Amino acid sequence: MDSNASLSELIRGLQAAEFSSVELTRDYLQRISRANGDLNAFITVCEESALAQAERADQKRAAGAGTALCGIPMAYKDIFCTKGEKTTCGSKMLADFVAPYDATAVAHLKSAGVVMLGKTNMDEFAMGSSNENSFFGAVANPWDHDRVAGGSSGGSACAVTAGLAAATLGTDTGGSIRQPAAFCGVSGLKPTYGRISRYGMVAFASSLDQAGIFAASAADIARVLPFIAGVDPKDSTSSDHEDGWLNLHRDQALQPAGSGRIGLPREYFRDLGVTDATLQATCRTLEAAGFTLRDVSLPHVDAAIPCYYIIAGAEASTNLSRYDGVRYGYRCENPQSLEDLYRRSRSEGFGTEVKRRILTGTYALSVGYYDAYYLKAQKIRRLIQQDFLTAFNDVDLILAPTTPDVAFRRGDLLDDPVAMYQQDIYTIPASLAGLPAISIPAGEHQGLPLGVQLIGPHFAESTLLETAAAFQRETDWHRRRPGGTD
Amino acid sequence: MSDINIQHLANLAQLALSPAEVETVTADLNRIIAMVDQMQAMDTSGVAPLAHPLDARQRLRPDEITEVIDRELYQAGAPSTEDGLYLVPRVVE
Repeated sequence: MDSNASLSELIRGLQAAEFSSVELTRDYLQRISRANGDLNAFITVCEESALAQAERADQKRAAGAGTALCGIPMAYKDIFCTKGEKTTCGSKMLADFVAPYDATAVAHLKSAGVVMLGKTNMDEFAMGSSNENSFFGAVANPWDHDRVAGGSSGGSACAVTAGLAAATLGTDTGGSIRQPAAFCGVSGLKPTYGRISRYGMVAFASSLDQAGIFAASAADIARVLPFIAGVDPKDSTSSDHEDGWLNLHRDQALQPAGSGRIGLPREYFRDLGVTDATLQATCRTLEAAGFTLRDVSLPHVDAAIPCYYIIAGAEASTNLSRYDGVRYGYRCENPQSLEDLYRRSRSEGFGTEVKRRILTGTYALSVGYYDAYYLKAQKIRRLIQQDFLTAFNDVDLILAPTTPDVAFRRGDLLDDPVAMYQQDIYTIPASLAGLPAISIPAGEHQGLPLGVQLIGPHFAESTLLETAAAFQRETDWHRRRPGGTD
Repeated sequence: MSDINIQHLANLAQLALSPAEVETVTADLNRIIAMVDQMQAMDTSGVAPLAHPLDARQRLRPDEITEVIDRELYQAGAPSTEDGLYLVPRVVE
């Protein structure tokens, strides 16, 4: 079977009994075993259980039952709790942790008949923009193994590019789906905050974290989203927003949009640098496809990075305080006292970037600094959100670069945390505002993929996906793979 | 440059840093805080803080027992247990 078959093609093939889920799953497992040594996209591969799931899926289809996704092999970022299989979060702290329950998103896909190939590599506790911060080693970019795959969902992005899964789940807090999607030349969606339950998704920054999907195209992403979106009583931040469009798309393929108004933020477009040619070409393609472009402004967007790193750091310092060596996770040897147990378990279990973020957050929340940092950041957050809501009075979507450049070389930014944080310059604002955003491949520079980002109003995933589909009907960037195979 | 007391922060966060780590983390944090200090230039007077992106309120559910606690399963991966209790170094002499 073609390793670059799209999810939509695989759904059709399974429905037409052109191949079985067992055959499909075996193919993916073989490719994983050949490629994972170099790419390191997977932390855990679940060969036996995947084949068992595939067999059950085949039986279900033979009986005339099963959803569209029945028998489709996917992989999940190792931040999603999976009952009976390890969930490591890319960290020594959870290196041997086996969750006693499935994350809601995982449970939904399981009951839809999806086959779980394994758990993908990630920056530790979702903190990073390169997937170099994993206890299990870095993920290589399939386009150039000396370059980063992006982060924190590097493994999930890489797996789709390299044909190691039909689609994958990732998470995005400040760009951790969109940026690796751009670096790896695949499509990646961060839905509206609250769209997908965070139950069983290890928490980094609770007001920013969102589960999302990587696949070869917007059309493929639209096949998966309806199954994992929805309110969950176990996540009180999940939204009960009713969405008939999603229900419709459990069985129906995505239709490209024919028109729309797209905003170009002048704060971005006045200085695009390396991404200029790609953004200009994208504008021409969208215009030719029937979209109108207009100038918009996001005046407070320059403060997004400091605002994000305070809020995310503060929330992370609180969320990671549960790792104390007492009930689960890493415990140091021969603790001499309770304090020694806490301190050494945490210091030995966490990597450097995680400690940096915890300390940044502790500082921002400490007595005397709370108002100047955390409260200030929350006010800036509202101003940034208001900028978007104002722009959406005049346009349906906003177009932006995803990243400032192509994937950088491994090791280049490891010594400079602030330079690493600048990688998220275009992705952070949508995270702060809780808005849905998708990155799609749109160009190339020095043989490496470049993505562009579409950002929509809250709950406008339909507009985002349909517009992305219109772009992908007119272009073939999303079909390109390393080595030139189509 | 703000006066960051790394040792104090490490104590609050229950982290033990080696002397080498104290040096690098202090330098890192100084750079990070210098970057976030850019926020101070922005006028936010009269702006309400945004804690939840959709300004949602905490939902409550009926006070009914809906979960089953499987202690054996949940403690299966614990570092040290006895009779259903988690063991830690003695706290009170």
